Amino acid sequence: MTEFVLDGARFALRRLANMVVIVGRITLLYAEMIVSVPARFPWAQTIDQMDRIGVGSLGLVFVVSLFTGGVAALQAAYQFSSVVPLKYIGAVILRSVIIELGPVLTALVLAGRVGAGITAELGTMKVTEQVDAMRAMGINPVRFLVAPRIIAGTLMLPIVTIFANMIAIFGGFMVAVGVVGVSSATYVNSLKDFFYVKDLISGLIKAVFFGNIIATMGCYFGFTTEGGAEGVGTATTRAVVSACVLILIVDYLLATVLFRVIFTES
Amino acid sequence: MIQIRGLKKAFGEKQVLDGIDLDVQSGETVVVLGPSGTGKSVLLKHILGLIEADAGSIQVDGEEVVGRPEHELNQIRRRFGMLFQGAALFDSMTVGENVGLGLREHRALPHGEIAGRIRERLEWVGLAGVEQAKPASLSGGMRKRVGLARAIALDPQFILYDEPTTGLDPITADVIDQLIRSMQKRLGVTSVVVTHDIQSAFKVGDRIAMIYQGKVVFTGSVEDAKTTDNAILRQFLEGSSEGPIQPL
Repeated sequence: MTEFVLDGARFALRRLANMVVIVGRITLLYAEMIVSVPARFPWAQTIDQMDRIGVGSLGLVFVVSLFTGGVAALQAAYQFSSVVPLKYIGAVILRSVIIELGPVLTALVLAGRVGAGITAELGTMKVTEQVDAMRAMGINPVRFLVAPRIIAGTLMLPIVTIFANMIAIFGGFMVAVGVVGVSSATYVNSLKDFFYVKDLISGLIKAVFFGNIIATMGCYFGFTTEGGAEGVGTATTRAVVSACVLILIVDYLLATVLFRVIFTES
Repeated sequence: MIQIRGLKKAFGEKQVLDGIDLDVQSGETVVVLGPSGTGKSVLLKHILGLIEADAGSIQVDGEEVVGRPEHELNQIRRRFGMLFQGAALFDSMTVGENVGLGLREHRALPHGEIAGRIRERLEWVGLAGVEQAKPASLSGGMRKRVGLARAIALDPQFILYDEPTTGLDPITADVIDQLIRSMQKRLGVTSVVVTHDIQSAFKVGDRIAMIYQGKVVFTGSVEDAKTTDNAILRQFLEGSSEGPIQPL
């Protein structure tokens, strides 16, 4: 029994030490980025990444958001039944989408699409010596490869989230009007009456953090990939899982700061 | 000139380099031979500072490489070109972008001049007109030649070749060997070629160095190597499994 507890404690300590190492390495990665980027900003690479991360994700985000909005409308109608008037369905969809569903679902979807893509690309570059080739040419791979992805991820996620919000609210409109039977005027009026700028800002602040997390995890695990194809696969899985877990933890922390400290109802 | 003294490197328990001493004179081509896994590629990466040495010294024209910070190493690296074993071409870029990357990053040249230099270097390696191709569409030999064009784009003083003929058919390997010789004549570069291709070593090398168990066990001219009584080099050149070299 004592041995079992000791083994558990050792395991926990090893995991904790591993986490401290990862945090340390990410800090060093950011330090190098801060030093190298201002000297020569990688404009072309950043714009290319903004296109790949942002514009390239719109199709997937469109489908996910449309159905999210639709399901939100059905769920709201079911839960409102004989308790809350259906005229509030637009408000419920609006606020739940722009505060929570839009930023979080978009981030989780992009953690899979973008985070995995970044890790697989950088990991493959690492194991096929492309990163070494870049260093051998006197080019700093953190400035050339990491910085554009982190900057693009951080900037593009709020923009993609705004798009996701609009599509989800439209999806909710389609179902609320077409299936639940609410009139379009009622839905639109509900949106107007319950739109608060602070809700939108809260969601977009979350999206900035989530975009940064996705790109950072993707770059970190890509850059620390070891071995061949198996190593790339393992690194990709770790990047996506870490990003998803961090998104949910940071979502809670930000919700606490935003809604209990900054944007209190009073 | 590259001067290596007492270079040591271990990965975990395995002592890969155990006190390497090697001089490469300006303008000469030294071929480093050795069985697989003896640290030949690791040695090349140490010369560029891509791997941090545990001990020892590497001087490039009198400038120390070991222990230098990355931004200072970047200045030294600009004097080098390196052809990697798998060519290490950047998949996301075209051939032209691969060859021109160093020029765009390090030289403030007009676009037309960069395009001209890319065209010229690709012609030198016999690949005129492939600027728009993606690396994935090229054969192994073509990838190596593009890698060489990229390595020479900045007119380096030194070129490092990591297994330049590995995985190529004999005819393509000979093309690469001739390119290595022609680069030496055309650019007057100092070269280090890591290989276990004996034929290639004798074709391109001015001097041969043999690494075994982390140490240089032979250095001499190609003629010296052919007539040596060094048992380790003899066994390696004869390709025999009998002798002091223990197969892995």
